[in-house]
Amino acid sequence: MSWWLRLLVLLLLAFIAMPALVACIVAFDARSILNFPPQAWSMRWFERAMTYPDFRDGAWNSLLVMISASVIATLLGAGAALALEKLEFRGKRTLEALVMAPLVVPHFVVGLGFLTLFAQSGLPRGLPLLVLCHVVLVLPFVVRSVWISLKSLDGRLEDAALSLGAPPSRVLRQVTLPLLLPGLAGGWLFAAILSFTEFSASLFVSTQRTQTLPVAMYNYVREYADPSIAALSAIWIVTTMLLILAADRWLGLSRVLGTEVPGGR
Amino acid sequence: MAVEALRLDGVTRRFGAVTALHGASLVVAPGEFVTLLGPSGCGKTTLLNLVAGFQTPDEGEIFLGGESVTRVPVWKRDIGMVFQSYALFPHMNVAENVAYGLRARGMPKVEAMGRVAEALRMVRLSGLEDRRPRQLSGGQQQRAALARALVIRPRILLLDEPFSALDRALRGGLQVEVREIQRAAGVATLFVTHDQHEALAMSDRIAVMSGGRIHQVGTPEEVYARPADRFVAGFVGDATVLRGRLRGLMGGTAGIEVGQAVLEADAAPLRGLSQGAPVDAFLRPETLSPGGPALLSGEVRSVVFQGGHVDVHLACAEAAGGRAVARLAPMLASGLAAGSVLELAGPSRCAAFPAEEPA
Repeated sequence: MSWWLRLLVLLLLAFIAMPALVACIVAFDARSILNFPPQAWSMRWFERAMTYPDFRDGAWNSLLVMISASVIATLLGAGAALALEKLEFRGKRTLEALVMAPLVVPHFVVGLGFLTLFAQSGLPRGLPLLVLCHVVLVLPFVVRSVWISLKSLDGRLEDAALSLGAPPSRVLRQVTLPLLLPGLAGGWLFAAILSFTEFSASLFVSTQRTQTLPVAMYNYVREYADPSIAALSAIWIVTTMLLILAADRWLGLSRVLGTEVPGGR
Repeated sequence: MAVEALRLDGVTRRFGAVTALHGASLVVAPGEFVTLLGPSGCGKTTLLNLVAGFQTPDEGEIFLGGESVTRVPVWKRDIGMVFQSYALFPHMNVAENVAYGLRARGMPKVEAMGRVAEALRMVRLSGLEDRRPRQLSGGQQQRAALARALVIRPRILLLDEPFSALDRALRGGLQVEVREIQRAAGVATLFVTHDQHEALAMSDRIAVMSGGRIHQVGTPEEVYARPADRFVAGFVGDATVLRGRLRGLMGGTAGIEVGQAVLEADAAPLRGLSQGAPVDAFLRPETLSPGGPALLSGEVRSVVFQGGHVDVHLACAEAAGGRAVARLAPMLASGLAAGSVLELAGPSRCAAFPAEEPA
């Protein structure tokens, strides 16, 4: 590789990593105003981020919503993908379109829709509403992930199990689902990350009591401009990175996401 | 046993406007090894899938051990199938793969493991119980798939081109081995292949198929030496085709005039032809030998050494396609080179069919 190509790649990487790096560096600034570069160093904003009640409640809400929404979406999405791949039924094309629709509908539209619906019907705007909203938003990603794994599954394996005397329900349990596990795990991980970082729809459907972490952060920066938000970002990035590394290690994430370089690894 | 292992009665299968199988009838006796041989698209795989139960016939009946299974789902048919890609479960080790059919039948684990060990001994894979399929060689994978299919003691063993994924060098030995294992297990077997050498080497009987029909069912010797029609004669084995005329029919034998020579042929395919009608004589390469009286002659185009024999290709105006091929002992072929002229004497008997237009 010639030197200018190396330089170009390096610049590109720096460009992508720069915002995250800046946020992480600012988190260690001792001053109480967001400024770059820092003059003196401190860990106090990490302490502030960990103890601020709105962040703690928001993180707890986000965690609850993330777990519920990702699990529900994975179950629903796996069922939908199986039905789309294996069955012929009326309205299949409609289901296909419906499942993919949220990819073109902006999040705030989904949030606005749910808000209007719940406000009109007088239903309580609690965590279940957030979960419902997030399920709708992440479902397409799960369906896609499972669908792709289903398409790459060798159908002869299921035929072999049938020929050996296993009825279809047993084949699904012992052959299809175990082989789909990477796809299911990938879909679930997608759903979890998307749910945890989701902001615009959550802004509409959450209340002061049910606000998620991103919404709590948004409310915080409207009033304060200290680096605790940067500290939170640093914690967030490191946690997510560790989770993804673990997922890659144990579940073969790069295979699931189709990002594996041919001949690499 | 009196009852046949497999019987197909007039089985037809259509895919939309295409008929993949036209009223196929076939019987496999207990312990018999029957091959479905034909080019791709001939209906042999459809027939296998119908016996397995992956498809349902539009017409006709299928019997396994005398019992109609036409509407019985795959998992209740008691078949053992070896797939082209072997289809070993990648998330299970060899022992779990082989035990799968037994466990699906509700056999307790301890008993199943005994049967698995026995089956693995039979295919010489003992000691590899804990390996994953991807850690096995192609030949080992094939034997594991065979063990998995045989351990359930199926009513019939179905083999779907099991050698096509293997190196040519491995195939010969594995063919012999698979046949020995099949014979030891005493299981009736239906084997699908497009490879005539495999079919001739392994089968008790061969069903030659094309265009969704079974053209001929017979022992390898019958199919090779007395093909029922042009397709079989052309598909199984090599042949030089010479145009001749029908001299007459006498009993089961027909007389064919080819140039100055008169050959005998099976009369059945030629019934209904009048005397003097044009016919095509199919001559196997090993029935041609140097010398006279010359049935055909031509300029040698190439001499292909094959180890035990030599294939001599001639440019020959009388033969269909302008080419003739003779299979000679290496001794007889020594001194032959491209460009020399060779005269070949023919056999006294050959296969002959009504001439195909255009001449």
